[in-house]
Amino acid sequence: MSQSLQNLDFSSMYDLEIKHAPDAGGHFGKFGGRFAAETLMQPLKEIEEAFFEAWADPAFHEERLDLLKNYVGRATPLYHAKHLSAEVGGAQIYLKREDLNHTGAHKVNNTIGQALLARRMGKKKVIAETGAGQHGVATATVAAMFNMECNIYMGREDIRRQAPNVFRMKLLGANVVPVDSGSATLKDAVNEALRVWVATCEDTYYIFGTAAGPHPFPLMVRQFHTVIGQEARAQCLDQTGRLPDVAVACVGGGSNAIGLLHPFYDDSEVRLVAVEAAGHGLGGHEHAASLAAGKPGIIHGSLSYLLEDEEGQISGTHSISAGLDYPGVGPELAAMLEMGRLQLDSATDEQALTAFKRLTRCEGIIPALESSHAVAAGMLIAASMSPDQTVLINLSGRGDKDMGTVFELLGDELGGDQV
Amino acid sequence: MSNRQLATVFQRCKAENRAALVGYLTAGDPDPVTSRKLMLALAAQCDVIEIGMPFSDPMADGPVIQAASERALAAGTHIQDVFEITRAVREAQPDIGIVLMGYANIPYTMGFDIFSERAKAAGADGVLIVDIPPEEGQICDDALATHGLDRILLLSPTSTDDRIRLACKHGTGFIYYVSLTGITGANMGDMGDIRLKTEHIQTMTDMPVCVGFGIKTPAQVAAVADFADGVVVGSHFVSHITANGGEQATCKALSTSAAAMKEAIRGAAAA
Repeated sequence: MSQSLQNLDFSSMYDLEIKHAPDAGGHFGKFGGRFAAETLMQPLKEIEEAFFEAWADPAFHEERLDLLKNYVGRATPLYHAKHLSAEVGGAQIYLKREDLNHTGAHKVNNTIGQALLARRMGKKKVIAETGAGQHGVATATVAAMFNMECNIYMGREDIRRQAPNVFRMKLLGANVVPVDSGSATLKDAVNEALRVWVATCEDTYYIFGTAAGPHPFPLMVRQFHTVIGQEARAQCLDQTGRLPDVAVACVGGGSNAIGLLHPFYDDSEVRLVAVEAAGHGLGGHEHAASLAAGKPGIIHGSLSYLLEDEEGQISGTHSISAGLDYPGVGPELAAMLEMGRLQLDSATDEQALTAFKRLTRCEGIIPALESSHAVAAGMLIAASMSPDQTVLINLSGRGDKDMGTVFELLGDELGGDQV
Repeated sequence: MSNRQLATVFQRCKAENRAALVGYLTAGDPDPVTSRKLMLALAAQCDVIEIGMPFSDPMADGPVIQAASERALAAGTHIQDVFEITRAVREAQPDIGIVLMGYANIPYTMGFDIFSERAKAAGADGVLIVDIPPEEGQICDDALATHGLDRILLLSPTSTDDRIRLACKHGTGFIYYVSLTGITGANMGDMGDIRLKTEHIQTMTDMPVCVGFGIKTPAQVAAVADFADGVVVGSHFVSHITANGGEQATCKALSTSAAAMKEAIRGAAAA
């Protein structure tokens, strides 16, 4: 019988030391950096300075951790999925329940931190890009709380796929701006948010949603999300008496992955696995697996792995989940992959959907389609292991927002027209 | 290997006591064959021509130049077409300056060394990459210098004195001052502010300082030509490609428009 979570002191779980920092220019090995237009160089430097100053200020963390505890609901539980583990018939599967956060996903860890930073910097307006809408909702939420004007840029295609989140953002008082350029998905929303920020950086803070983009965003977003892995690490030790054998997270831009995996960086006995969206299969072009199928390139302010054609034009991507539908990936994950500290895996649309159904039926937990990719890969990994081993899976978000997509795909199977 | 062509062009303009006219079009817009003719028509009126390399994700560009990139790519424009158009301009206009302009991922993907070699062979004098600030120059500076290409750097209203010094130290050819905090094609800011900042930059470098972004009318060109060493017109020229149907009409419109801009520059010099 493990000790109860209450025995873990909330704030003692968090290590505020910045580990494996990039160089002064924001480079993780050859990746990262600040490949930005001149107009943004000074605003980015100001954010960097404000971030390091805030991070060194106990008052900043006091307010941040208080909000994470009493507003977001942290620490999120670590749940031993006994039924799923038994059905898979291998290692014990533990789910880090980021789906139980206020707003329904891990994204709010970062928006709380950045909104506090924006307030410190005296910015009254915030903008953000969003794909699945989770980052948009998390941004709109903190903007409502901090009374900041909020504009969210979202691809027209994603607006169609994630209608409930669009409505939530509007309810929260945010203005959702449709983006029609390019493929009308996440990458185009980032382009548009960058264009707007160039013109408004004087009074506007850009709450970047993933651990990518120009320095200091990859570092800062990581730091705000490492609460996930730090809690999970302490909870694993508490519940199982040891570290997990494998830690698994899905990767689009990589914010939930770096948040879960980074605190295990120095635990060399823990295998770190990043699961990319294989869409209709890695053999074709309809996927979003930048690390597995891309090559190094420069987009949105940093050097990292990219899906692109032979001349460097950015490719259209495909995934059943809007949140993974992105041609790039955070630079630190690229660096971890190159140095052999990260293992790659992927799940197709079909595998993710199967995992979605299985977790729902088996444990009564409806995962986000993004997180379903991690569940799919995590189950396969667990199946190849023994029952005394553990697999930690980041359940980065809940599936409420995906009801429309899943209904389209599974409605008939469930007698959907009779609902 | 140093490049003197851009320096020579600006010296020539200075000898005429006027600013240089710098024109921009996206290569391959609306298609590679037509683009070559349009580029030649514009180049005939300009002191320096910026040849845009189309990119799928032009983050610093407004709707007009975004659309130009999309048209060019939809028409199947490849980087080889950009070099061929550059070569055609160089053959027709041996005395003007030619700058290739675009985003980092295209030359990065080709490799900066090969890219620089081909750009130089095609007749380019300099390269302006919007998203490689001086801090990240280690990925391209040596290759550009080895092949005798100027590295054009940007400055903006948000650039501090430290950043101005950095750009002047690492940039060659000329400084491109982005007159507004915004994207290409936006509305110009206050002319007095632009003048102050431009003149401030001029005190910190011997390089010519060109001013661009949002300059659309001969009157604006004349006002900027009064203090800048060069005036950049981009979105306005590109907008002719959408506004007028037909290749000949577009060539004529570009030519007429650029001639009017040049006239405005000469007028400013005479005033």
